Amino acid sequence: MKRLRRAALAFLAIVVLASLLAGVFAPASYDFQFREVSNAACSTHHWLGTDALGRDRFSRLLFGTRVSLLLAPAAALISTLLAALIGGVAGYIGGKVQRTLMAATDLSMAMPWMFLLITVRAMLPLNTGPAASVVITFAVLGLLGWPAAARVVCADARRLIESDFILHARAAGCSEACIFRRQFLPNLRPVLMAQFWISIPVFILAEANLGILGLGVAEPLPSWGGLLQELQGLAATSGRPWQFAPILLLIATVSCFHLAIERKESEA
Amino acid sequence: MRRKGLFLICALVASALSAGAYAQSEMRFCLSSQPKTFNPLAVDDDASETIRYLTGGVLIRLDRNTQQPVGELATAWRINKAGDAISFTLRPNVRFSDGTPFSATDVAFTVERLMDPDLHSPTGDSFRSTPGKVATKITDPYHLTITFPGPVIGLDRLFDQVAIISAQSPQKYMAVLGPYYVADNKAGSTLLLKRNPNYWKHDSAGRQLPYIDSIRLDIQQNRDRELLRLTRGEIDLVNSLNAESFDLLKGQAPSMAFDAGVSLDSEQIWFNQVPTSPLPDYKKAWFTSTHFRRAVSSAIHRDDIARLVFHGYAQPAVSLISPANKIWFNQKLKPHAYDVKLALRELELDGFRLQGDTLRDRTGHAVEFSVITNAGNKDRERMASVIQQDLRAIGIRLNIVTLDFPSLIERITRSFNYESCLLGFVNDELDPNAQMSVWLSSADNHQWNPNQKQPATAWETEIDRLMREQASSLDPAKRKRDIDRVQQLVWEQEPFIYLVNKHALSAVSPNLRNAHPVGLRPQVYWNIEQLAFATQPRRPQ
Repeated sequence: MKRLRRAALAFLAIVVLASLLAGVFAPASYDFQFREVSNAACSTHHWLGTDALGRDRFSRLLFGTRVSLLLAPAAALISTLLAALIGGVAGYIGGKVQRTLMAATDLSMAMPWMFLLITVRAMLPLNTGPAASVVITFAVLGLLGWPAAARVVCADARRLIESDFILHARAAGCSEACIFRRQFLPNLRPVLMAQFWISIPVFILAEANLGILGLGVAEPLPSWGGLLQELQGLAATSGRPWQFAPILLLIATVSCFHLAIERKESEA
Repeated sequence: MRRKGLFLICALVASALSAGAYAQSEMRFCLSSQPKTFNPLAVDDDASETIRYLTGGVLIRLDRNTQQPVGELATAWRINKAGDAISFTLRPNVRFSDGTPFSATDVAFTVERLMDPDLHSPTGDSFRSTPGKVATKITDPYHLTITFPGPVIGLDRLFDQVAIISAQSPQKYMAVLGPYYVADNKAGSTLLLKRNPNYWKHDSAGRQLPYIDSIRLDIQQNRDRELLRLTRGEIDLVNSLNAESFDLLKGQAPSMAFDAGVSLDSEQIWFNQVPTSPLPDYKKAWFTSTHFRRAVSSAIHRDDIARLVFHGYAQPAVSLISPANKIWFNQKLKPHAYDVKLALRELELDGFRLQGDTLRDRTGHAVEFSVITNAGNKDRERMASVIQQDLRAIGIRLNIVTLDFPSLIERITRSFNYESCLLGFVNDELDPNAQMSVWLSSADNHQWNPNQKQPATAWETEIDRLMREQASSLDPAKRKRDIDRVQQLVWEQEPFIYLVNKHALSAVSPNLRNAHPVGLRPQVYWNIEQLAFATQPRRPQ
């Protein structure tokens, strides 16, 4: 199990490194259209062939990976911080505050987030550049993704507050601030870390879903969602297996994240 | 012994049944949605239009192949000199699908219902050129004259859309005069049409048409699934295919793929020229500049769009009329050529200058604008990407924004909060008079600057005048001259930058005979009565 986890982490490290150095490794710009060689097969010039407009698939995959892999953790960080704040406060204080905050969480979970995202997207200024639009998309994903994590954090916070060691600390005369800082927060950290790791693949997939609907990252900037959009339709099944590279990379990356998470969860 | 007896009884029943019946032929294809109505006079969606075409009997049918009107339920017709009245001689001895006889009373009843303002019939709207009542005079059961309050352009062709309903049948509009009638409707799932036993048409051998006994229409939204079902032999035709699917089918089963050539549909981009739009003044100045629009047009590589996005199944568009429209297309006009130098010269005429790789206007603003298009439409997203790279060559930065359709419509029709838009127009009508709602400056669909009280430009004033003149003229030559001039003006001024006209692509099972897909709708089954299966069972006469 340890070996598998190490392999997963190594794979993730390679992918992250390759995407960060996309400018060095990519044989072409992600948006340049080699129009005379559209839909080309794999070659020494284009390792994964070219897309319908003649753009180099390998370059787009590297840059797309950078977009998805850098911004999904950022979105996960936003949602985990919000979950820590709302779930932590609810669990720590309890009573009416907990009931009110959890009711708000339930309400947020019931919201059709996809439609909300579409609405937010429709309200964005039209001349928002591709880079800004991708940051906004992931920020919105992060701002909408906290409720499920908040419930978990709240339940864990309640468990901590009612635990024996906090009772002993209180009996020993520790102040509330001291209990919060020394007992509560350090013990809540593992569950927050687990929520953070769990959220990353969720946001990668959420962006991919938006991309499939054509509402993800704006052209010409690639993302995994945008690259997966190419696989829609019967034409995708026609003898061009290299087209499936983005989905294979997505599956491999998300699986590696899960392997890493399993370990983190067991630590939590 | 008991088993033997049972077997004998089964064999006898089976042979008795086969003696009295024959294998029914059934054609299958898909509709993308449930028809909203079966009332042929209230049709305003594609699915209902399909049902109307397959079931409705019309006085005059526009032959989709020759693009000429031919008599159906009317054996002869005559339009008066003023162009406001049409006299019909009707086909005798015709019956509706329920056996009710057909006469001039039914035509008069249909026209009365069609022009009823409470019905809000889109078909009826096309006859309303002048306010007032429509009068019908029945001379005898087979002769009548319909008089309109004012001249109606292309009057005879408009009757292609008017399916005659019965004045007397208890089945009301479900009693039909077309080749099929609606036998069963499982809402949201399947529609079954059966051949009209009283259909009047016969082939040269005297055999009653249509050849195929029934049509099963499955409601299927997923176009890929539709193609998959065709290749599996579950359906017999796909009326309209995108270029990618067509290419795939052509590789796998070339005998199934039909390219009927260029269609009437167009794809275009336009700039927001609405004076009250919330755009900064310097951008309004760009978009209202003819030089700027021409420059953008010259910088777009239309051949590349046709080749890369539509796999060669499209051709560079010229103006408002597609070359598929044999009667009205202005043959003198050619598509705008890709010419970056010309584009830069046009921009210089308006004070734009290229600084490094950025184009700046005379006030120093970098030229950057957005184009909106509907999300999920792969072809349009690709077209926008091609245009994005093309415009980069003249220093223009284009931002592509894909929006869900309601948001897009809100922006282009109400808030006018957009800079440019990439969309397509679906054209069903050959007569350009049907495009009045686009080309009159006062019209709602005058997309770049709708609902103008006074035309904003001299060329829009001229287009208004020409469109009005052609709409009130009964001289076909003058109408052609007017429409040619409108095409010329649109080609010069480019309020719409026409990109491509797509080909009409369809797929037909090799088992289906007499299918000759054309560019006009309905592409494959326009000659539905003539379609037959290669292994057609013989129907008892």
